[in-house]
Amino acid sequence: MRVMTGMWSFIKGIGMVIARAYALAKGLRLTLATFFTRPVTIRYPEHKREVAPRWRGVHYFDCNEKGDTRCVACGLCVAVCPSQCIRLVAVELENGERYPETYEINSVRCIYCGLCAEACPVDAIKLGRGYEFVAHRRQDLVLDKERLLANRPGGAP
Amino acid sequence: MVEQVFYWIAFIMTSMTALFAAVMVITRSNPISAAMFLVLNFVSVAILYLLLRFPFIAVIQVMIYAGAIMMLVVFVIMLLNVEEEERRKKIAVSLAQVISVVLVLMLCAQLVVGVGIQKIPGKHGAFTAEQLAEVGDVKAVAQMLFTTYLFPFEIASIILLVGIIGAVILSKKER
Amino acid sequence: MELVYFLIESIVKVVVVFGVLMGAVAYLTLAERKILGRIQVRYGPTRVGPFGLFQPIADGIKAFFKEDLVPAKAHKALFVAAPMISITAAISLFAVIPFGAVIEFFGRKISLVIADLDIGLLYVFAVASLGEYGVVLGGWSGYNKYGLMGALRAAAQMISYEIALALSVMGVLMISGTLNLVEIVQQQAGGHWNAFYHFQFFPFIFYLICALAEINRTPFDMPEAEAELACGFNIEYSSMKFALFFMAEYAHLIAVCAIATTLFLGGWDGPFHLPPTLSWIWFVAKTGVLVYVFIWQRGTFPRLRYDQIMRFGWKFLLPLTLANIFVTGLIMVVRGQ
Repeated sequence: MRVMTGMWSFIKGIGMVIARAYALAKGLRLTLATFFTRPVTIRYPEHKREVAPRWRGVHYFDCNEKGDTRCVACGLCVAVCPSQCIRLVAVELENGERYPETYEINSVRCIYCGLCAEACPVDAIKLGRGYEFVAHRRQDLVLDKERLLANRPGGAP
Repeated sequence: MVEQVFYWIAFIMTSMTALFAAVMVITRSNPISAAMFLVLNFVSVAILYLLLRFPFIAVIQVMIYAGAIMMLVVFVIMLLNVEEEERRKKIAVSLAQVISVVLVLMLCAQLVVGVGIQKIPGKHGAFTAEQLAEVGDVKAVAQMLFTTYLFPFEIASIILLVGIIGAVILSKKER
Repeated sequence: MELVYFLIESIVKVVVVFGVLMGAVAYLTLAERKILGRIQVRYGPTRVGPFGLFQPIADGIKAFFKEDLVPAKAHKALFVAAPMISITAAISLFAVIPFGAVIEFFGRKISLVIADLDIGLLYVFAVASLGEYGVVLGGWSGYNKYGLMGALRAAAQMISYEIALALSVMGVLMISGTLNLVEIVQQQAGGHWNAFYHFQFFPFIFYLICALAEINRTPFDMPEAEAELACGFNIEYSSMKFALFFMAEYAHLIAVCAIATTLFLGGWDGPFHLPPTLSWIWFVAKTGVLVYVFIWQRGTFPRLRYDQIMRFGWKFLLPLTLANIFVTGLIMVVRGQ
């Protein structure tokens, strides 16, 4: 009887070893299969990822016929901005229009929520598709009026 | 001629290394340093065996003593974290030390008499150097082990088995 | 005159083997990163040179110009000696590995092995056992708790797996009846490979597993478990000393694969006959495949736990390799050898 149970546990042990070896072999087969698949890496500077249609990138100003900003300095974007990264100094021109004397977006603080673009009554500030803007100093990442205008699609480089 | 010169240079260098290492083993205060010098000693003794044209013993010496046993010694030293021994300032001469010095001197005298003054002929067996080169020393050792000296060989293996079982029982946790 | 020829021949062989080995080690680091990358569905290094082919050179230059730190409380001599022991042992293994058949060169018979020792296999084990000191002392001498943990694990693991490693090749020794690696290869000539013709396939697998544990690679890389020990035994090493450990690991990897090829896969013997001058191609190819398998399994298996490794070595590999000696003896009796 004891011999029988001994034999039985021996056979069970062999079965377990085979099962585990099979599991290891399955893992090896999977990695061998992935070895022969094409890598999914996008090699960045040469190839770039297509951004989503609703992607919110760095801001830009849309311009009017004169090539200046459409912004009327109403201050809605400043009010709505959750991270309070927009600084606006408004002046009144001779023809009575309000005009942004300075308009700065601190792109380091900005969370790219897009609320400023939604709030803008004249569709002046918009979020573009670019995401490659870097600088060595933080001050350089504060976007002023000229840079916002330059950021627009087809704007100055 | 060239081979003779090379042989003597190799012999003197390795034997000097072995002596140097042996002295370092007993004078180092750091146990790991001592252990490593012992390894160096074993390796140089192995080279001496090589110079005697008996590579099997040389390799076994390196494998068992330098490789396995000293590795265990180093392991235990590291595990127990043996501190460096402090140098004793005073040397207290006790009776035991006197006796041990006398014994060592007697041993040295025996060595000098045995090796230097009286020439020991040595027992000539069936395996001379020429025959070993022909048969191969591994085969010669194996043949002796499994024919003439089979019984002591088996006894040694049983003693080792007893040792293993003892170690298992000692290290087994009580249920 | 014969002595001079012998010296020239030996020196040329040593230089060639050393050069090829160092080149192979350098490019093995690149190959490993590339293969692991492919397994993880990405490219490996691609930037330095075409396909990243100059990456090893860049790595070498970087390692060379790093600051060479020695911890204040380290045991200086052993700290410096440990990487040297590692690399010396790893390279010395190649002295007895036969690369190809005997070739004729200006009427002189030259066998493609540096030292045709009668006790070649024992020499391999002896040198390998000395190489363990590199890892153990490297971990201990840096005066770092993680290093010490790595060293302790290395010592225990290597002692345990050395036994199974030696036992796993015992079947081959019984069949060939010699310790001379050249003779072992010659006896496998004509497709009589030990791994298949002589039913040594399972010992071959056991050998590979034990070899993995001996050279401390994943899944047995306990001594340098990054996750728990922060690189373990080489934690305090920087600059060229670290690079030496690194090179030793890869040289060791090539060495165990070459020995496996010699013992189990027929060395320079191939499916179809090549002239003796080109016989080393089979050897290199087989070794390369084994190296690939080692990297492949590294990309597949996770690291084992310490007690699992010990249990696997003592309770699984050791009995099975012992049983293999018995089975091999049985086969030899049945075959009437």
